[in-house]
Amino acid sequence: MATDITGGTKRAALIEKAGEEVQGRSLWQDAQRRLFANKMAVASMIVLGIITLMAVFADVISPHAYDEVYWDYIGVGPQWENNHWFGTDANGRDLFIRTLYGARVSLMVGIVTTLVALIIGVTYGSIAGYFGGRVDSLMMRVVDVLYSMPLMFFIIILVVVFGRHIVLVFIAIGCVEWLTMARIVRGQTLSVKRKEYIEAARASGVSTPNIIRRHIIPNVIGPVIVFVTLMVPVVILVESFLSFLGLGVQEPMTSWGVLISEGAAQMENAPHMLIFPAVFLAVTLFCFNFIGDGLRDALDPKDR
Amino acid sequence: MPPVENAELLRVQDLKVHFPIRTGGIVFGQYTPLKAVDGVSFSLKAGETLGIVGESGCGKSTLGRGILQLIKPTDGKVVFLGNEMTSMAGEQLRAQRQHMQIVFQDPLASLNPRMTVGDIIAEPLTVFFPKMSVAERKAKVKALMAKVGLLPQMINRYPHEFSGGQCQRIGIARAMIVDPKMVICDEPVSALDVSIQAQIVNLLMDLQQEFGLSLLFISHDLSVVRHVSHRVMVLYLGKVMEIASRDSIYAEPLHPYTQALISAVPIPDPDLEKNKQRIVLGGDLPSPMNPPSGCVFRTRCPRATDICAQVVPKLEEKAPGHQVACHHWGPPAQALV
Repeated sequence: MATDITGGTKRAALIEKAGEEVQGRSLWQDAQRRLFANKMAVASMIVLGIITLMAVFADVISPHAYDEVYWDYIGVGPQWENNHWFGTDANGRDLFIRTLYGARVSLMVGIVTTLVALIIGVTYGSIAGYFGGRVDSLMMRVVDVLYSMPLMFFIIILVVVFGRHIVLVFIAIGCVEWLTMARIVRGQTLSVKRKEYIEAARASGVSTPNIIRRHIIPNVIGPVIVFVTLMVPVVILVESFLSFLGLGVQEPMTSWGVLISEGAAQMENAPHMLIFPAVFLAVTLFCFNFIGDGLRDALDPKDR
Repeated sequence: MPPVENAELLRVQDLKVHFPIRTGGIVFGQYTPLKAVDGVSFSLKAGETLGIVGESGCGKSTLGRGILQLIKPTDGKVVFLGNEMTSMAGEQLRAQRQHMQIVFQDPLASLNPRMTVGDIIAEPLTVFFPKMSVAERKAKVKALMAKVGLLPQMINRYPHEFSGGQCQRIGIARAMIVDPKMVICDEPVSALDVSIQAQIVNLLMDLQQEFGLSLLFISHDLSVVRHVSHRVMVLYLGKVMEIASRDSIYAEPLHPYTQALISAVPIPDPDLEKNKQRIVLGGDLPSPMNPPSGCVFRTRCPRATDICAQVVPKLEEKAPGHQVACHHWGPPAQALV
């Protein structure tokens, strides 16, 4: 035993003597290791973390308030003297703090809406997929019907009926995005539910809700997580688009979409008003996409 | 092999599992039943092993799942511990599952890759003994892991960190943790290496001895079945061809299909193997959607005559404890070995 080349037997004997429990490495931990080995994904996570921190501590970083108007500085470029690092907008408000407030709204819309879509979509899709048959047909036809509803039309109706409010944007985008999620989860569930470990669970008397919760969802969540990270930028873009059209947040609150829309109007005489929010938006979208790519490679190494 | 008690544990009566298959297009199509299991009857005593053999697609696995009610049988009765199972549903059925467990063919596929081995083995405990404390549960899992030949320290590992044989031991531990009365082994060794096969088969037999288990041992490997079974049942196209004690079925098979199967078993002696007479069956297994009239085996049977096409042979006792379903039953023309 002592001459064992790899030392494996010796180690096994030692472990046996100590009687300690060996910690296994789960598939999640494996995926985590692969994700952290991906340089682009790690860099993106850091950049995104910085942007998030800046948005959270915006009031600490900047001496200005997001809705304070400086009459002497209307539409001026970046400068250090009065701490208008990104300059001011056409109404004389500090652009740096407004960009960070825009980040708050955009990130919140992106993340909250995606989480809502995630919860509804995973629950709905896994139930439809697991029960199959008529239940599945009925539930998925409901999804098909909702799918055929045009997003813009839906949002405009909501805005007309309930007035302009940021929560409406959450609801409207969430209502549409969970449909795709439900379809993905249903498809994955259909393939997972035929696996022998599901049959083993049924044979052990595990109840249906527990089978879905303990066996189905952990095994379908991989592709879903990837989809989620790729969905956040889409939602941010939709929100920006809505704000660009004037259907999103209300003044003086702002979002990246609103800022870009205002900047685009002043593009010729004050280009900084367009450049700063646009760069923030683009960098954030890039980061989410890189993280999504990294997650996909990490969770499904066969697929690379 | 452990002695058999006399109490009847399981009685299967005329069990049928049919799957509706749509044939002939979506518009004008109709449902044709695929008769995977078609009128199987047998009984199993406490502590007994019944080997179930037959070629691929003869309904062995479907029979096992039909008995466990994992697939709802179309017709027939399954009486387990005096309770009729086929009419049960929901909670009532789930409560019965404590006493009947299953070990699967593919060791790795039958374990959830996201759960630790400890959680996998403990899952039936959480279902049937929800009040058991975490520490007690863990102690039970560890004790059983040691019993099935796994290091108890491995309790926090994941299935992909184990070999095929070890995974099968985990599957067996999961089946054994709630002290079942009967375990259905659905080809438990066919996915394993020959040397590992022996270990797993012997483990199952040891556990049977210790806990007085009844086993339904489904396999297409006649040598393994011979090693573990008290009695053997031969299936063909969802029907029982022959049931007899192990010794009489291997020494003197009375059904021509059984004779063909046994003549195909390789003998681990090159000289004997060279001179052995093989009965080679012509043709393929007929479709279970359109089985032959009369005796389902007649299309490939060397003894088939006109009566075989017209009259379905009944499963009858032709010798003490030896049931055969054949019009022309009888010992083989020449010695098989």
